[in-house]
Amino acid sequence: MAAATATRFCQQLSSVSDMSPDWTAKEVSTGTTIMAVEYEGGVVIGADSRTTTGAYIANRVTDKLTPIHDRIFRCRSGSAADTQAIADIVAYQLGFHSIELDEAPLVQAAANLFKASCYRYREELMAGIIVAGWDKRRGGQVYTVPVGGMLVRQPVSVGGSGSTYIYGFMDSNYKPNMTKEQCLHLVSGALSLAMERDGSSGGVIRLAAISESGVERQVILGNQLPNGQLPREKDNHRIHTTIEYTHHVPVCKIQALNSICW
Amino acid sequence: KSITTIIAVEFNGGVVLGSDSRVSAGETVVNRVMNKLSLLHDKIYCALSGSAADAQTIAEMVNYQLDVHSIEIGEDPQVRSAATLVKNISYKYKEELSAHLIVAGWDRRGGGQVFVTLNGLLSRQPFAVGGSGSSYVYGFVDAEYQKGMSKEDCQQFVVNTISLAMSRDGSSGGVAYLVTIDEKGAEEKCILGNELPTFYDQ
Repeated sequence: MAAATATRFCQQLSSVSDMSPDWTAKEVSTGTTIMAVEYEGGVVIGADSRTTTGAYIANRVTDKLTPIHDRIFRCRSGSAADTQAIADIVAYQLGFHSIELDEAPLVQAAANLFKASCYRYREELMAGIIVAGWDKRRGGQVYTVPVGGMLVRQPVSVGGSGSTYIYGFMDSNYKPNMTKEQCLHLVSGALSLAMERDGSSGGVIRLAAISESGVERQVILGNQLPNGQLPREKDNHRIHTTIEYTHHVPVCKIQALNSICW
Repeated sequence: KSITTIIAVEFNGGVVLGSDSRVSAGETVVNRVMNKLSLLHDKIYCALSGSAADAQTIAEMVNYQLDVHSIEIGEDPQVRSAATLVKNISYKYKEELSAHLIVAGWDRRGGGQVFVTLNGLLSRQPFAVGGSGSSYVYGFVDAEYQKGMSKEDCQQFVVNTISLAMSRDGSSGGVAYLVTIDEKGAEEKCILGNELPTFYDQ
């Protein structure tokens, strides 16, 4: 550590690092937290809204839940450019496939298309994707395609840099056969915990519930997060409660961008 | 981060410490039943993480220094004293050492206390987690910790946290060791792998 500080000190004597901030040289990445849960009749997906280039937050209200078909969404994490490019390609392929079939495509088909691209170009890409949606054959499904191009179906899946902090919470609070409201609370609770702990995740929580009847989208603003403030060591009066499934979490429709404060 | 999971929690009247039991050298597990909660004094324990050699040495040195100190003052030492001794060593040799000890115990003046001594800082917290497995349970402990838990609730909380971390972290595993310290003394417990709580995918 002494050697490292010496190097940094030497660099500060020269003029290079003072002239341009660190984020001009860094790639745009969605260091992020994404999550998807299956329930009887559909899926619930959620994501934070922060996109970073190094230490600068390039976009604090990003929408990381993007549709690739009417009832199939994907949550993206990793390099923003890579995930956007793959999504465009897969959306095109899936649209074409569904015209050929003359019916809505299967979620598994969409997931396999992502896997094919992610695996073939695995050396060049850095993208972790969760594909979730509803189809007639198997109902709500969640498929995860992490970096490297594996494909696996899981009842609940988290991804992104903030996901490490909520594995324990997810393991202990997920039960099979939950209702849609329970899933929404689980996802919003888990995302707000991850956003507190992970520097690359933050902003607002975007949620979507996909079922046979369509897609319902919600936004939970920064000041309405279920486990809002960062716990302070001296703050002995703060009590954290387990996410109770009967507790109503205030949600609101997407508001104008200039009213999002955080 | 260091390859282990350790946690210490205060409750009304004492503390509970917990740890896993795996010691790895690269990919090999060299000890699957190591007790990472070591005694600094009758009612003060510390949880070891990081380099096993560094952590054990610090614990032994502080154990000796605390023994001398408690003879000099003629009564049981304070938890803060033990934590300060650990902090002094961690800070003075911070370039050479890579160990993180969580110090927890009970004393007459302050009741149950948990101190964090990462990299030479000293900070008292209601609960603390450490080691590589702790990353996976930050969300869980943030959501589940409540001030003013009873002793049994605390023990259950610690066991749940350790077993969640062990199920997700490849560098933690084995059995769970628990130490409960209160006014009456310290009670050590070992919970075997098949008695740990299981979750939906197990």
